[in-house]
Parts: sequence; C-alpha cells; structure tokens
Amino acid sequence: MSFLKIKNLSVDYPMRKETVNAAKGVNIEVNKGEILGLVGESGSGKSTVGNAIINLIDEPGKVSSGSVFLGDLNIHEDHKNNVKYRGKKIGLIFQDPQTSLNPILTIGEQLIETIQTHLVLTKEEAKERSISLLNEVGIKDAAKRFDDYPHQFSGGMRQRVVISLALCCEPELLIADEPTTALDVSIQSQILDLIKKLTKERNLAVILITHDMGVIAETANRVAVMKNGDVVEIGITKEILTNPKKTYTKSLVSSVPPTNKKISRFVIIEKENNNKNKDNLKILNRWTKKKIIKQDLVQVQNLSKSFDDNFFTESSKNSIMAVNDVSFNIREGESFGLVGESGSGKSTIAKMIVNLFKPSTGEIFFDNVCITTIKKNFEMMKFRKQIQMIFQDPYSSLNGRLKVRDIVSEPIKLHNPLISKNDLDSYVFDLLESVELTQNSADRYPHEFSGGQRQRISIARALATQPRLLVCDEPTSALDVSIQAQILNLLKDLQEQLNLTILFISHDLPVVRQMCDRIGVLRDGKLCEVSNTEDLFLKPQHDYTKELLHLMPKIESIYN
Amino acid sequence: MDNIITTWSRIKDSDIFFSFKKSPTAIISSLILFIIFFCSFFVELITPYNPFDPSSLSLMEAFTPPSWTEDGLSKFILGTDGQGRDLLSTILYGSRISLIVGFSAIMFSLILGVGLGLTAGYFGGKYEMVVMRLTDVQLTVPSILMALLVDGIARGLISREMHDEMAIYVLIFAIGISEWPQFARVSRAATLVEKNKDYVSASTIIGVSNLIIMFKHILPNILRPVLVIGTIGLALAIIAESTLSFLGVGVPPTTPSLGTLIRLGNDFLFSGEWWITFFPAIFLVILAFSINLLGDWMRDTLNPRLKK
Repeated sequence: MSFLKIKNLSVDYPMRKETVNAAKGVNIEVNKGEILGLVGESGSGKSTVGNAIINLIDEPGKVSSGSVFLGDLNIHEDHKNNVKYRGKKIGLIFQDPQTSLNPILTIGEQLIETIQTHLVLTKEEAKERSISLLNEVGIKDAAKRFDDYPHQFSGGMRQRVVISLALCCEPELLIADEPTTALDVSIQSQILDLIKKLTKERNLAVILITHDMGVIAETANRVAVMKNGDVVEIGITKEILTNPKKTYTKSLVSSVPPTNKKISRFVIIEKENNNKNKDNLKILNRWTKKKIIKQDLVQVQNLSKSFDDNFFTESSKNSIMAVNDVSFNIREGESFGLVGESGSGKSTIAKMIVNLFKPSTGEIFFDNVCITTIKKNFEMMKFRKQIQMIFQDPYSSLNGRLKVRDIVSEPIKLHNPLISKNDLDSYVFDLLESVELTQNSADRYPHEFSGGQRQRISIARALATQPRLLVCDEPTSALDVSIQAQILNLLKDLQEQLNLTILFISHDLPVVRQMCDRIGVLRDGKLCEVSNTEDLFLKPQHDYTKELLHLMPKIESIYN
Repeated sequence: MDNIITTWSRIKDSDIFFSFKKSPTAIISSLILFIIFFCSFFVELITPYNPFDPSSLSLMEAFTPPSWTEDGLSKFILGTDGQGRDLLSTILYGSRISLIVGFSAIMFSLILGVGLGLTAGYFGGKYEMVVMRLTDVQLTVPSILMALLVDGIARGLISREMHDEMAIYVLIFAIGISEWPQFARVSRAATLVEKNKDYVSASTIIGVSNLIIMFKHILPNILRPVLVIGTIGLALAIIAESTLSFLGVGVPPTTPSLGTLIRLGNDFLFSGEWWITFFPAIFLVILAFSINLLGDWMRDTLNPRLKK
C-alpha cells in the first residue's frame, strides 16, 4: 500500500486562446522511505504535479479530473482539508532560498510560528523543538543562531532553514521543487545528502522535482519522466537511466553531458535534422577564414577588477576584488574554459575581455595589441568586430521591439554601411541558416521563439561581424538539457568550420569538459589552476579543483 | 497592402486589444473621448453657428436657457451666453482649444522629460545628479504657481498687442515646463533597468554608438510607463489650462477655452443663468474623467506586475 497515490490527475489552465493541459492523467505512487525523482524539461508539468498534491494550483488553473490520496485522505475532495495536511503532513521546499523565507522575521520566529500553527505547544517547547530541528539539518550553534535574520545566513544555510521549516511538524511527505538549482555545486551535494539522510531517518516519502539528471542519479530511488504533462516512463532509477524504453527518455539521457569522458558530439534522437549538408555553410563564402596559427590570440596579464562602493567611504576601504591578479592565454582556434562557482569573477573577466568595462589594473592583449588602453572609438571598432559575446539569458539578450531581421542586420550595417539591400537580406538569411533557423524567422519578433531558438538568434548576431573570438557566458545554463545538447553541437560545428576561438564560461563541469581544450578554474577572483581538459579531470592539481570534481553530481554514479 | 493586413491582425491578436475588449470602462471612456475629439476638431461641420464670428452675436437671444426649459428655444440646445452665442458650439470650439493646449503641453514636457531622463539614466554620474536634483527643485514649486510665474514673465517681455497672439504658446510652455519632472523620473528609472539588460551589452559589444542604443534600443522599451503617465498627464494639463484660463491668465476671451467659458459664466451664476457655467464645467469633468479612466486601464494592462 503506497503512502501517496496520484490517480489519473489532470490539471488544466484555460488560457485566452486554448486550454493548456499541464498534466494529463498522471498516475504516480510514492512509498514511505523512498525518494521519487520527477524529471522533465521546462513546461513538462512536473511542478504542476507537485503543486497539485498540496492543492496549490494558481488561478486560472484547476484540477479537472483525478484524485490525490495521502493515506486515506482525499486531498481535492474538500478545501477544508487543506489545514489537515499542509505543513502537517506535507512539507514543501522551494527552489530559491532567498525568497522562501520572510526577511523581516528571525528564523526562530518563523519556526515557532509554523510549529504553533499546527501543534499545541508552548513557546518554550516550540523553541526547544526548533533548535533540535536546526541541529538536525546541520546548522552549527543552532541555539545562538536562532535569533538571526535570513540575510545573515548563506544560500546553502538558508536552504537548510527552509528544510527545517518544512520538517518542523513532522510531515510524512516532503515535496522538494528544484531544491538545489539555485545553489553552487559544493552546497548542492550537502543539501542532497541531507535530504537523503532525513528520508532514511524519518521514513519520509519524498518527491524530488528537478531537471538535473545527475541529481536524480545520485539521490532518487525511483524516477518518473514527464513530457508535456504526461508521465512517459516510471521505474527504478537505474533501469530508466541505463536502459530507457521510450524514445523521449533515451534522447533525454543521451543529451546529458557525460562526466567521465569526452565525446565528439551529442547524440540527438528526438529531432532529426542531420539530413542537411553541414560542410557547406553559405556563410563561408563571405567569411575571410583565418588560418589557425598556433599562437596566442588573447593574453590576459595580471588582470584585477575591484568594485568600489565609495559613495560615503574612501574608495580603497570597501572595495571588493571581483577579479584578483588573473593571467592566462587563449590560443587561436582553441576553446578555453573558465569554471567557477557564483561570485568567482568569471563573468567579470568576460566583460573585461569584450570591453564592457575597464580593468582596475592589468592588461588584455588581443592579437598582440593591448586593447585595455585604447581610447579612440574608431580604433576600438576594429576590435569590437573581432570579439563577440553570447549571453546567458536568452530572454534579455534580444531587444523585444525589433524583428529578428533588424537584430541580425544591425552589426552588418554598422560595420559595412555600404551594403546593398539585397546583399544584406541574403547575408541575414545565410546567418540564420548557419544557426539552423528558417528564412521566415527573419520577419518575426523574439517573443515568438523558444529559449533555444533565441540563443540561436544571439549566435547569428554574434557571427554577423565575423569575429575571431567568441565569448560564451553560460550560453546554455538557462536551457533544457536536450536544447543544451543542440546548442553545444552547433557551437562545436561553427567553431570547426569558421576557425573560431571560444572562451567558454560555465559553472557546469561536464559541459565544460565536452566543449573545451583547456580549462582555468576560478575561485573568489583568483585563478587556481589552468591545464588541459583531460589532465584537469583525471589528475587535478589544486585542492579546490579536486573538491569540485568530487562533488559534482554524476549521472554515471548509477552504474556503480 | 499585405503589410497593413498583418499589422492589423497583429493588433487584433495582441493582449492589449484583448484586454480592451474585456474592459467596459476602457470601451466607454474611449468612445466618449472619440466623440469629444471628433466634435471638437470638426466643429465647423457639426454646428451651424460660429461663435467667433461677430455677426452671429445677437443680444436679442442672450441668456436663452436650455431648450428643455420653459423659455428655451429648440435651436439652442444648451441655451446661449451673455452675447447670444449658442452654448454648445461655444463649448465645442472651446474644448478644441483646451485639447490643443493640453496635447501640445504634454508633448512638450514628454519630449523634454524623456530626453533628460533617458540620458540621465544612461550616462549616470554628475550629469544624472544635476538632472535629478533639478526635477526635485521643480517638484517643490506648485505647477499653478510655476505657470503664473511664466505667464508673468511673458507679459513683461512681450508687448500687449503681441501677447494675445502669443498667449496660447506661453500657456503651452507654462504647463509643459511644470509637468516634465514626472516624465524624467519615470523614464530614468526605466532606463536604469533596461540599460543593464544583455541586449544593451550586446549592442555595445557590436560597436553601436550610445545615441543609437539610447533611441533605437532603450527608448521603445521604456515607452509603456511613459505612455501611461502621459495619458493621465493629459487630463492634468487640460485641467491646468482651464484653471489658468479661469484665473484669467490663460487664453484671451476672444478665443475662449473651457476654462475661459467657466469664468465668463461664473459672473452670471448668481443671477440665475446657471447653464452658462454649468455645461462647460460638466463637459470638462467628463473629458478629464474619461482620460483618467483610460489612463488607469492602460496602467493596469501595460504593467504585467498588476495583472491578476
């Protein structure tokens, strides 16, 4: 007899033009003491199922059919049931620990409030209970930190507090909706270990909603794969990941970058577009292809950047060194990876290389010319043309008020003002073709495209100036894993055909391994280690690199 | 032709048009505004009378009450004023002047305010500080006082004969100059948000000049909030115009605006000829109220945060 039974659950969102079926007849059962992983790409309905269990579907959505049984309690039967299970029987952990705690109450007040809502306890008893809970989730000096405010905790600690809040009334079911997505790798593994430990100790039933196959491989006992509101496949994690039955699961698993080896291309099963002739990009006719000479294209020397908060104070006192004395070289034609956790200064370095802001000290040489000291605008233009960038967020990196045609043609017109109308059009079409978009995309607006397609438009825009260096700042971290595989394949193909040099910035070690020839590891603005990719993964030198490699979730762990 | 069809279908398909169809307030207020605008700008085609033509004055018919009262004449629906001019035609002619002054004043302050706010937000630094402190100073001076001040200076500078001709421009300047800080503040705040988005960085990396980034990329993206306060500002400007005209520093009585009409009628209020001031006043209320309702609807629709 399973503890949680979801029977034929359907959730509909009636929208203006059509009704979106966010969940279509979902059947899931979860036992006590097991972690069920719910995976799927964005829009697959995994969060909808999580919210439906706790009867928290946002308007105008509604549960159109099916039922959720928690033991014997039918959750959707009566709204009055809400108080019977929310917090008491079901605990909820959200993605972002920054926003799931109230910033103006101490964590103690929040815990006591939650406990007293559900259990008849005095304030003292509630406090005692809270402190023991905080100890249990691994907060040191819990008694002392009881009166601290959320902002006094780090992201990982805050997520621990959220977990203690979810656990404080001894729920039997825990729903964790992307609990580690906003956290760095090192903290992610701690939180996942904690959830695993609590599941065992408290005999909880846990639903872990995530898009990360590595997280699933390391934590879940069973896994349900969702697509467009359907459960495609459900079963033991090992079975599903090693021997998927359905095409969709196969393509999902094959899109995950392996952590233990380097592959030349990602296998894309879902979308067959291999019939086109890859070696004959039309854009090559326009491209003055640079020969790869094995020399340094970019030299970064003793680069530092500090951000001053010198409004009230002397400038030197409050400055934060975002980048601290970093030196490295990028050879022509190679992919250089910069890896680091959030706040390590990797994006700051990228922005200095593309000259969005100036370094505090140190120099950047491009093609043996120092580009950090250029003052004149027209001299800068020569380098602007050669260094282009692709951004993380595909939504904010395109101006929503311009058509794709205008977005892509802007750099062409700027660097070649005499180009004729016809030539411009065919250039834009060639660029769109090179990123595998159709010609009629040109007359549409960015909001009509998906995230992956927008990222393709971004790439087309960056290629329009025929750059030699392409700086990619987390180009796929906002994308689903199957889309990520497509974009990474595209970048590899383009690099090969156009002899591009790529600076690839990411927090995702498996992705970097697939993409880069050499890797630099950054921590707190300092460069720990630079070495060839395979050397770095097989024989890491620096302690921090070893720790990162040890902690990253590995989909391969399931084989052991 | 193909292009027009797609633009039209794009509009028909848009969320704004959908929300417009769903909102009776928006439909009614824009219908009223359309009627008022149409009647005011094509007033010559609609009314048989021209109140500015001296030959149409007829003291015999002065102070005729509205047509539905006992002494009313059917040819003067809303009655006549002290010079025997048809009140309805006078109101429509007057509202045309009010609307022209209001629109021009708001355009003036919009261009000034958005220009300053956009550049201040984009460039930052000392320039931004100067501009923003200027808006603070401007906001401490009540707008009516500011307008009176401008009018006073203009009277000092321009000769008396010239003044009647120039009055309308002075008025536009006076109202416009007291409204710009709103636009500057809103557009600066929106620019600060937009300029940190990646598409602006992308344009910088491509090598696009600051001027083009500001006006081609950022400006279209900050226009929504500006449009909303522009609409509400239009109502304020029309009321400001009427207030000034009521105080006698606005447009001269030879080309009366709504405010002037209310002032003229005010003299007869206690002698029982209530309609001369009542109808222009009611007309002004309906006009300003409709614009405000439309502005409110626009604010709710264009601001996704307020959407439910």
